[in-house]
Amino acid sequence: MLEAYLKNRLKEKEILLMTHIVLGYPTFDDSFNIIESMVNAGVDLMELQIPFSEPIADGPVILHANQKSLSRETTVQKCMDFAQKVTGAFDIPFLFMSYYNILFKYGVGRFTEAMAQSDIKGAIVPDLPPEEGRDYLDAMEKHNLVPIFIFSPTTPDDRMKYLASFGKGFIYCVARKGVTGVNTDFSNQLKKYLARCRKATDLPLALGFGVKEKKDVDFLKGEADIAVVGSQTIRLVDEEGVGAVGEFIKSLR
Amino acid sequence: MKDRGYYEGFGGAYLPEILIATFDELAEIFQKAKDDPVFWQEYVDIMSTYSCRPTPITFAENLTRHFGGARIYVKREDLNHTGAHKANNVMGQGLLVKRMGKSRVIAETGAGQHGVATATMAARFGFKCTIYMGEVDVRRQRPNVFWMERLGADVITVREGTRILKDAINEAFRDWVTNMDTTHYVLGTACGPHPFPEMVSFLQSIIGKEARRQILEKENRLPARIYACVGGGSNALGIFKAFLDDPVELVGVEAGGKGLDTGKHASRLCSQDASIGVAQGYKTYFLQDNDGQMKETHSVAAGLDYVGVSPILAQFAESGRIRFQAATDREVIDALSLTIRKEGLIPALESAHAFAQAFKEAPAMSKEDIILINQSGRGDKDIFTVADAFADPKWQEFIKEKAEEYHA
Ligand SMILES: Cc1ncc(COP(=O)(O)O)c(C=O)c1O
Repeated sequence: MLEAYLKNRLKEKEILLMTHIVLGYPTFDDSFNIIESMVNAGVDLMELQIPFSEPIADGPVILHANQKSLSRETTVQKCMDFAQKVTGAFDIPFLFMSYYNILFKYGVGRFTEAMAQSDIKGAIVPDLPPEEGRDYLDAMEKHNLVPIFIFSPTTPDDRMKYLASFGKGFIYCVARKGVTGVNTDFSNQLKKYLARCRKATDLPLALGFGVKEKKDVDFLKGEADIAVVGSQTIRLVDEEGVGAVGEFIKSLR
Repeated sequence: MKDRGYYEGFGGAYLPEILIATFDELAEIFQKAKDDPVFWQEYVDIMSTYSCRPTPITFAENLTRHFGGARIYVKREDLNHTGAHKANNVMGQGLLVKRMGKSRVIAETGAGQHGVATATMAARFGFKCTIYMGEVDVRRQRPNVFWMERLGADVITVREGTRILKDAINEAFRDWVTNMDTTHYVLGTACGPHPFPEMVSFLQSIIGKEARRQILEKENRLPARIYACVGGGSNALGIFKAFLDDPVELVGVEAGGKGLDTGKHASRLCSQDASIGVAQGYKTYFLQDNDGQMKETHSVAAGLDYVGVSPILAQFAESGRIRFQAATDREVIDALSLTIRKEGLIPALESAHAFAQAFKEAPAMSKEDIILINQSGRGDKDIFTVADAFADPKWQEFIKEKAEEYHA
């Protein structure tokens, strides 16, 4: 499934690219155009964030995108409908990213069923550790969806193993402390951390938080399997418009 | 974290991975302190020398006569240093910060009371301090901002979301995920991820421990009812905990704002507008829409203007052990006015919610009954809001003159 797809792609590419967008930001039409540019520019998989009013793990750029999208009446249902359209139009795997309350209020069973119907492959729920996620894990399993779990530099080795035992597809490694959209120091320390992650799991490793240019992606080659670009494309869309996205993505690898 | 802090399904610890280790440490330090009689003694000592504990209970003789029903007593948390029960929680967490060896504290604040208390504790213990406060609250609680800054705290105005308490909490979390090595987040109420609800209500339980002893000494019997306002729930749990096993009716009073049917309120446990959800790291009743997006709340009292409520109170709401009511802004202003005139007490707008509900019920009660109201804080901080509510012409004149002085 997702893991096999990623491992196959890794036979041809040194590093894969995953991008992150906030649905309905600036508008759903823009979201569609951004996705199209990204897919055409060779992105390997994408995270579609369903906006939430209290995104505590996100920094200012993604936070504002969440708020703006909601102020334009984005609903969970619209995100579901949009997802179906996108998976029908583009041939890469898509994941949902959102906070647990979105799934909880929709009903975890209903949410995962809708994901499966829309051909969304899995989900990243940053405020749901496996200890709180029994219902979620069961529902994901039932629909053959991959729950993506997160490692952080503060995660001890034994907990990494514990998290990996629930994770499927790949592990999302957060590069540093803090929220999204702040600079990351691409240093030896980061390499050591990634080596620690590698030891804890056989799943592919994605590295996110602070990846914004080719230099960062080059640094990650051989250290991680997937580079995650989030805030930087949103910043780019804010500053230069949707048209700038394709060139930017091509410049990364 | 072995115990995840569940109260009949409410609570938990819905944390981003980056904070898990920090919460594991906090839960462990708290558990040790809780089991250590030396810690409680240290806490009581500091509260009796640095603050005003035990705070007295006051018999409100004039109000009792005015309503002609139950005998009204008031627990005087307003007499704490910095003017509210918030000091209890903050000094207790300050002692834990010392045990953890951290050097910086951060906090959210709504009314500004918790911010001032935290800044005071930081000054006393020599910690660096940053306070997050929504822009709306900065405007309505300016005097507290002034004092926080004098006390050496950085006050950061939060312009995200609804720009009130919940948004300040989000920003404090964003700071914490970056700086947890040096920093402790002094959460101000019995909400948030485990162990905060348990820890904050443990520290606030000093209120009820004293009050139970005091009322038995004075009256030789227990009160029939106890009233406390409910923002996040810390002063309510603080006074209620000691009476949970007694035949005493416990009444939590939420912010009814402009009325429960207007949508402009902050009532999570007695309005139709709230439902169970997960946000800010815990599961409870939230004022949210069907998609799970948090709604705007409203209250004349900044400290009650919050979308969630303690998971421990949510549990007692379901079990029926605590009765929940709402008092409107108007009822609160009237109760405040009456209390000031009749007793010379100046409750905070938050606390005045408890008074308002007690006043609705006291006349119908027997003269033999005792009721106890928790005056969680004092109202001087609310001078701008209260003066506006009273449309006090002399105050307005004064403000205009003062503004001109600065203009010159
Ligand atoms: C005086 C006073 N009372 C009550 C509250 C509400 O908080 P809680 O419900 O945690 O006691 C506040 C909060 O700022 C306050 O300042």
